[in-house]
Amino acid sequence: MSTTTGVTSESDVRRDAAAHQESRGHRTMVLNMGPQHPSTHGVLRLLLELDGETIVKAAPDIGYLHTGIEKEFEVKTYQQGVTLTDRIDYLAPLSNNLVYCLAVEKLLGLEIPEQAQWTRVMLAEFTRLNSHLVWLATHAIDIGAMSVFLYCFREREEILRIFEMFSGQRMMTSYFRVGGLALPHPRGWQKRVKDFVDIFPSRIDEYEELLTGNRIWTGRTKGIGYISLEDMLDLSVTGPMLRAAGLAIDVRKDAPYSSYEKFDFTVPTRTENDVFGRYLLRIEEMRQSHRIIKQALEGMPSGPHQADAPGIVLPEREKMKTQMESLIYHFKIVTEGFRVPEGEVYQAIESPRGEVGCYLVSDGTQKPFRVHWRGPSFGNLQSIPKLIEGTLIADVIAALGSMDFVLGDTDR
Amino acid sequence: MIPESLQDNPIAAALADLAVTAKFEFNELTVEIEAAKIVEAMKRARHDLKFERLTSVTGVDRFPAEPRFEVVYHLQGIAAKQRLRLKARVSGQNPQIESVTPVYRGAEWYERETFDLFGVQFLNHPNLTRIMMPEDWEGHPLRKDYPITGIRY
Repeated sequence: MSTTTGVTSESDVRRDAAAHQESRGHRTMVLNMGPQHPSTHGVLRLLLELDGETIVKAAPDIGYLHTGIEKEFEVKTYQQGVTLTDRIDYLAPLSNNLVYCLAVEKLLGLEIPEQAQWTRVMLAEFTRLNSHLVWLATHAIDIGAMSVFLYCFREREEILRIFEMFSGQRMMTSYFRVGGLALPHPRGWQKRVKDFVDIFPSRIDEYEELLTGNRIWTGRTKGIGYISLEDMLDLSVTGPMLRAAGLAIDVRKDAPYSSYEKFDFTVPTRTENDVFGRYLLRIEEMRQSHRIIKQALEGMPSGPHQADAPGIVLPEREKMKTQMESLIYHFKIVTEGFRVPEGEVYQAIESPRGEVGCYLVSDGTQKPFRVHWRGPSFGNLQSIPKLIEGTLIADVIAALGSMDFVLGDTDR
Repeated sequence: MIPESLQDNPIAAALADLAVTAKFEFNELTVEIEAAKIVEAMKRARHDLKFERLTSVTGVDRFPAEPRFEVVYHLQGIAAKQRLRLKARVSGQNPQIESVTPVYRGAEWYERETFDLFGVQFLNHPNLTRIMMPEDWEGHPLRKDYPITGIRY
């Protein structure tokens, strides 16, 4: 929670404000936006130096949501660590579960059964829809389109019900575990998912009808929030921001994980590189996610939902009552966890916001030696000054919204 | 110096004269660079080996071993679709290393975070202040000798 940040710090902003006053002959004003401003979607503080309504300088200040999750990983066993990942990016819990599980499984050398892999893909895409819907809803409400919010949350509710059906939880699902899934598929999931798949494309059309041709919407978003592709690459920006600038970069295609290579989808790109382009891009991403979910629903393989790895995956309840071995394994896993061979891995996946990476170092014990979480929001937020300096203060809200960050993911 | 088995790897070979050691595990290449030569290695990685993007910078505390800290850099080559991990070890008494912000501007926040949570000094960093913890905080939470529980008055 420092008071300075970015290329510009708070003292820089204040000092420059004083200097500008002399050179321009009139005063500039320093404005604190946040940390409790509703359009910052969390607790982000922005220090803005204003000349009239134009932003001369901007300095983001983060850290208000720092909860020490990386430290906490070091005192939890590997399986317990899954629950922490949900809480990092609370709009994409299953993406975070996935990257952590993949990293641990890479170290263990575990082979995950097909059904678990496909379920992971399907639910990760539901997570993307969920996150994009919340993004669209809040982004639109920031700019003044109240009704879109209600439409988006209607579909989001349905997705949360599907999550609840699978895991028993609406948000902090922890459904992916090291070795597979926490529970087998619930009864009747196909119907619920199918109902959603059938209706969703028409719902996306509805959002587009409300916004894409809307003159107020286009007036507020076209040509706003431009940042060059070179700057973005230099500042470690990932995800939809890059794709809206014309670079087809997507971890799902570049380094497929969890059998994404078996699915047919395209990586949409736009060339506008502004708030409107990012809006159209995420709309198209929702359509692509829908395609993937449909394929997963139709081709869901049968078989076990967990790997055949006795010392790592909890035994079936029935076996525990009849087999001594199972009982011992259960006791060992629950009380002391399982050992992971020494080594280090970096696993990246494409979360709704960009590349989320898990750098995992193991020293051969039951607890991770070090977990570093490369959250997409942290890298993206660095580019805020580039995005808004020189623009009008009303456009800050639109530009911030187009970035789609989550402060929990930034501060961890 | 890089091991025999990696002599054929073009990336490892290009960094061989700056490397302390290297390894290829889990399909990931790690090259440990001499701490004093990190900026040169980064320049080479960016301009010659075409790693366009810095993914992250972080630290690992090997307390009580010496040199105590590992500073870990993850790079990504977008066109070639490859990744590279560079490492440099710095001592516990005087943990400092040159900042790589002149090569990758995106390193700025990551280095600040590593400074904040591990106490590694990045020399010639444009704005090396705490980013996560309050400015008057004492200690660096991700160090292994930092307590996990407890109340301070």
